[in-house]
Amino acid sequence: MTPTEVVFNLSYVLAAVLFILCLRGLSGPESARRGLVLGQVGMLIAVVGTLLHRDIVRYDWILAGLLLGSVIGLAISAWIPMTKMPERIALSHSFGGLATALVGVAEYEREASQLTEFKMAALGFETFLGFLTFTGSIMAFGKLQGFIRGAPITWKGQNVLNVGLFVGSLAAIGLLVVHPEMQGVFLAIAGSGLAVGVMAVLPIGGADMPVVISLLNSYAGLAACATGFALNSQILIICGALDGSSGLLLSMLMSKAMNRSFANVLFGAFGTALEPTSAVPQLGRSYNEATVEDAGAVLKASQTVIVVPGYGMAVSQAQHAVRDLAAALERRGVEVKYAIHPVAGRMPGHMNVLLAEANVSYDKLFDLDDINDDFARTDAVVVVGANDVVNPAAKKDSSSPIYGMPVFHVELSRSVIVLKRSMNPGFSGVENELFFQQNTMMVLGDAKKTLLAMIGELKEGGH
Amino acid sequence: MSGEWVFNLYVFVLATFVGYQVIARVPPLLHTPLMSGTNAISGISLVASLIAAGSHHQLSQILGFVAVTCASINVVGGFLITDRMLRMFRKKPAVSEATAPVRKAQTS
Repeated sequence: MTPTEVVFNLSYVLAAVLFILCLRGLSGPESARRGLVLGQVGMLIAVVGTLLHRDIVRYDWILAGLLLGSVIGLAISAWIPMTKMPERIALSHSFGGLATALVGVAEYEREASQLTEFKMAALGFETFLGFLTFTGSIMAFGKLQGFIRGAPITWKGQNVLNVGLFVGSLAAIGLLVVHPEMQGVFLAIAGSGLAVGVMAVLPIGGADMPVVISLLNSYAGLAACATGFALNSQILIICGALDGSSGLLLSMLMSKAMNRSFANVLFGAFGTALEPTSAVPQLGRSYNEATVEDAGAVLKASQTVIVVPGYGMAVSQAQHAVRDLAAALERRGVEVKYAIHPVAGRMPGHMNVLLAEANVSYDKLFDLDDINDDFARTDAVVVVGANDVVNPAAKKDSSSPIYGMPVFHVELSRSVIVLKRSMNPGFSGVENELFFQQNTMMVLGDAKKTLLAMIGELKEGGH
Repeated sequence: MSGEWVFNLYVFVLATFVGYQVIARVPPLLHTPLMSGTNAISGISLVASLIAAGSHHQLSQILGFVAVTCASINVVGGFLITDRMLRMFRKKPAVSEATAPVRKAQTS
């Protein structure tokens, strides 16, 4: 080993340690920022170390890429609103996927003939997974952004086709190991990765996005691992494994929070939702449509209030209005807590970030298990754009597609105020019994406007 | 065939194990920063992209250039946005004023 190689290798070891410490910092909000600095230092060391690599003969393309990427990255992170975080994450998974896939192609073009069988297999996986993550994440981004229909897009034979493509790709990787010179096979693997990414995400509905985003995170990590195996780079294997296990863990947590198995999310694809789910007709059922004044009166008479935010809060950017309502209530001596469901919103932790942005103290945010017993003792619950996570059908109705999903016992509280755009059951088509309950008041309209009007009510009307 | 891949497999298994243990301790509160943080870290594919972009092979240089761009978007953007998020997670005094963000840290 030359002295340069020693420095180069040691820089990677140090970077790996720093990355693990960075993730460890995330175990609490106080230590998280300090941890992140360690991660940044680790990345800097790894990049500088790499520039010493003997295979690097020219720096023009490198500098151009670093510069362009940094400018774009800076611009995105400075301007993107917190409500668009799921879109940002989806987009960054696609960049990550594309980067690994292109590295795979470049590696194949450079030294296909000199690779061992194992490395060739890793290269095949890298390219396949990289392109899969790329298109899959673009599709997820499209669904979140709304230029691809958010509802599940399904057709007959879909799963057969997906599984076929997947098995075909595995076979192609096998063939490539035996015949590394067959460029057509390599291109077929790349093409099939692109296709599987599109096909796998098309049938998945918006409410399943937290699982999909976590899974794509995991694939991006696996692709990076495969790169590490193909290039014999331990730092890539380590980082890929960290990324992959984080994605896997999050997808398991998300699936559990929806009481669905992985297989069900991926292949079942809410297919059941296309059939009319429950026989309860929408029309003719009576619900209490309430005015802002009515809701204000209920809140004025309450001592304890729990806020349940959902994706609707993100859509109408109502997090600041929610915080203001809570502040107005607190000034009246009311105790306000927030109930955060693991799959509320479109990605893990989505609601937490939005409320943190609105300056809500994080010790008022409670997980499902920590707050669910409190609803029975609560005077009023304000549901802001949440639907499935407060649907009692998940507990009672075994024919419901969301049956078995752990939900908040919102219906047990004395009164429920639901802020919702309209009485539409939403794209999943699942009826929500809660909306028709005696003690539920439906305040229809844009959540943000309604909240602001409610704050006005609280301010003027004495006590 | 060398024992290289066995060694790498060890690295992979151990890193997955460590990753799982460390990440299992991250509270749901911080799941979004976790995702964008690991995203930034997996931007380490930047090092592989650098080697592709800096090689003498022409196609590899171009592909590498695109890869370097994508990976550095993730590294720079990922770290910055994670920091932006983490800065927001603060414990605040019980009753905060409706408008101006409260800077004072709570001691209790």
